[in-house]
Amino acid sequence: MIELKVNDQIQIVDVEADTPLLWVIREQLNLVGTKFGCGMAQCGACTVHLNGQPIRSCVTPISAVAGQAITTIEGIADDSGKLSKVQQAWVDEQVPQCGYCQSGQIMSAVALLESNPSPTDSDIDAAMSGNVCRCGMYGRIKKAIKNAALV
Amino acid sequence: MSKLTRRAFLTAGLIIGGGLIVGVAIRPGHRTPKLAKFMQHDDEVLVNAWVKLLPDNSVTVIVSHAEMGQGAQSALAIMLADEMDVDWDSVTIEEAPAHDEYANFHMAREFLLPGKMPGIVNQTINGVFLTISKSIALQVTGGSFSIRSTGERGMRVAGAAARELLVQAAAQEWQVAETEIRTEKSILYHDATNRKAPYIEFAKTAAKQQGPEFPTLKTPEQFTLMGNEEIQRLDIPEKVNGTAKFGIDVVLPGMKYATVKTSPVFGSKVESIDSSVAEKMKGVIKVVNIGDGVGVIAESYWQAKKAIAAVRVSYSASEWDNTSSDTIMAQFRSDMDKAVTNGDEETDFSEGNARNVIESAANVITAEYSVPYLAHITMEPMNSTALVKDSKTEVWSGTQNPLGIRAAIAEYLDTDAENVVVNNVYLGGGFGRRAMTDYPIQAVKLANALPGVPVKMIWSREEDVQHDFYRPAIVSRFKAALGDSGLPTAWENQYVDKHEPKEAPYIPYQVDNQFIHYIESPTHIPFGAWRSVDHSQHAFFTESFIDELAHAAGQDAFQYRRTLLQSEPRYLKVLDAVANMSDWDRPLPQGWGRGIAIHGSFNSIVAEVVEVDMSSGSLRVDKVFCVADAGFAYCPNAFRAQMESGIIFGLSAALHGEITIKNGAVMQSNLHNYKMVRMDTAPDIYVEIINSGERTGGAGEPGTPPIAPALTNAIFAATGNRIRDLPVKIG
Repeated sequence: MIELKVNDQIQIVDVEADTPLLWVIREQLNLVGTKFGCGMAQCGACTVHLNGQPIRSCVTPISAVAGQAITTIEGIADDSGKLSKVQQAWVDEQVPQCGYCQSGQIMSAVALLESNPSPTDSDIDAAMSGNVCRCGMYGRIKKAIKNAALV
Repeated sequence: MSKLTRRAFLTAGLIIGGGLIVGVAIRPGHRTPKLAKFMQHDDEVLVNAWVKLLPDNSVTVIVSHAEMGQGAQSALAIMLADEMDVDWDSVTIEEAPAHDEYANFHMAREFLLPGKMPGIVNQTINGVFLTISKSIALQVTGGSFSIRSTGERGMRVAGAAARELLVQAAAQEWQVAETEIRTEKSILYHDATNRKAPYIEFAKTAAKQQGPEFPTLKTPEQFTLMGNEEIQRLDIPEKVNGTAKFGIDVVLPGMKYATVKTSPVFGSKVESIDSSVAEKMKGVIKVVNIGDGVGVIAESYWQAKKAIAAVRVSYSASEWDNTSSDTIMAQFRSDMDKAVTNGDEETDFSEGNARNVIESAANVITAEYSVPYLAHITMEPMNSTALVKDSKTEVWSGTQNPLGIRAAIAEYLDTDAENVVVNNVYLGGGFGRRAMTDYPIQAVKLANALPGVPVKMIWSREEDVQHDFYRPAIVSRFKAALGDSGLPTAWENQYVDKHEPKEAPYIPYQVDNQFIHYIESPTHIPFGAWRSVDHSQHAFFTESFIDELAHAAGQDAFQYRRTLLQSEPRYLKVLDAVANMSDWDRPLPQGWGRGIAIHGSFNSIVAEVVEVDMSSGSLRVDKVFCVADAGFAYCPNAFRAQMESGIIFGLSAALHGEITIKNGAVMQSNLHNYKMVRMDTAPDIYVEIINSGERTGGAGEPGTPPIAPALTNAIFAATGNRIRDLPVKIG
């Protein structure tokens, strides 16, 4: 039995210690907003926050995060369900196309803005280049991050 | 085809709770003058669109196309809502199920009965290539076809028809002339008597109306939603909060998880399986022989993935075991040589006498180009969930081809299509890959081994990269004769393997003598449609070679094209616009270069200018300017997004994309060795739309073809290095 704190809720799961956090979130906790893309930390679709820092949940064994605070895409809107400023900026810029990578993109962007409230273009490049968008919406993502930084 | 009645019909009826449902179908061969203008060819069009007006006066638009990111569902809903004058804020979208109720099933069922399919549709259903002309009836999403066919001939007509039925109903109840009634945001007004009422109040009467023979469509100046820059896509809010449900997100009670591993060499079959270790692993429920590979069903995906690595499989030897990229390319070149020697070229297009002109010309330019196999790599790896229970099979899958899947599953299970239900969900990318039926069939094979239990099969990324239907590799050779003015007097192009669409290698330029020909040179590599199908390869070839001719003639690349497009005003306008937008004549810093390319596909014309910075010796793509004429952009913001997307997709391919074959198998496996453009290498993209009013073209694909040649032409301008083989390798 492993105890986790996901989106401020204590969860207890019974899985093998090497199970990646991604699959625990998706299959045990039924939070399917976090996506599987590559399984080897190459695409960023599985990005979640561990103690506020972005990590790739597809290569993070559950045993390594026991007892720690995890935030997923389902946990970043405020309590009333209102979109966070990053999510709202994503809507305003009409960022998503297929949308599959966007949970990971948004989690990376939220973490960036928390550590660096007014990022430059190269800050954004550095923070976001681990997240692939196969629909190629990089220009819109960059603009949305800059707009969110102004809010 | 004899059972098909040759007529169009408008149907309306009441639904539970007092709502109204309206649909329109236009059937092949309809010849009434009023309908003929909505069809290009007698046998081409079959459209069925439905709209529901609900008791709370809101509207549900039923869309027969998949949403894979291209924004088609929203665009189609906008087209209907605008014609119907409904309140956009009250509109929701429902995807038509692969089922009799909404699709035109009298037609589709004819096609789906095995052995009864017309040849052209057979191809679609087999998923070899999307056959555009029948795609709507079969709910196939591809060929950049949703808007220009379903939208224009279905959604708009259904919306206008629904509005006219409601106006007729109100006129009858209010005892006034129809012409005195106006509509706005789902409300009917009779201003003279100061009366107004919501649409729904007339649902019952409207359902009884005869309806117009053909409804009057709005003209562009009457549009409120169509062409409106401010309208947002309906699927975006759920795609920013994690609630959008993709195929991989399907959850069913009691569901088990599975993964598969198929033969590395395409076409090999399982000879034996040793699953003794895997079967003892925790959570493993069953190891299944799926013929060309093995599947493991377990309590969780991770358990299935760990167990499949422990399954030992031996495969049958294959005649492809020694095939490599080098042997394939050598085969292409040798078959091309032989075709010319033996004189058995397949003519693709011929005008004048190109060979004679070239033979006697003083100035002949030649070049050979090649492109490799490419994978699709949708962000969401292939997956599918299936439940086989009693004699029924239900499948949940993100697909561009729900009815094709249904037919393929029915055929595999040797059952009637009525016994198969396909539920479509959001696609985490399609690009042509999800028109194929391989992955849902695998899920059914696994679920069939565990009847009564839903099984969600998820491919690893490695499986996804190594078992794709690849964009075909092509070798293409050119010869051109240049006259005294430097302009081409003859153009010969030979390439290997012709796929779709047929016009992909054709050029818009005025060249009097042309001979375009090909030779078939089959390989064992599975191929399929890849965003813009053959346009992406051929635009690279033709737009590179025309650039080489301009250089040989000592002329400016833009002006040279301009001269050759004098009889193509639509192309000329797009070309001029991109030159103007990119400030073509503005000098660039040392080590920079600017390249141009133009290509028409799916009835849209797109020109792109790329600026590269090679001053450091390495390549950096700085900017892309894009001008697109698709006739009319119904959703300008989403249309621009499609251009941006097509450009990045094509740029990833030109810069990095390469599937190589060794010992009959794909060598690449994941994103570390199949690279793509990321945030730090993405150029700034500027898109301009020309609404020419020409027949509407596609949006999803036409942005892709010009980018590779515009890029390599820019590299040439910067360095004098002519890239003839993709992907680009510098130094």
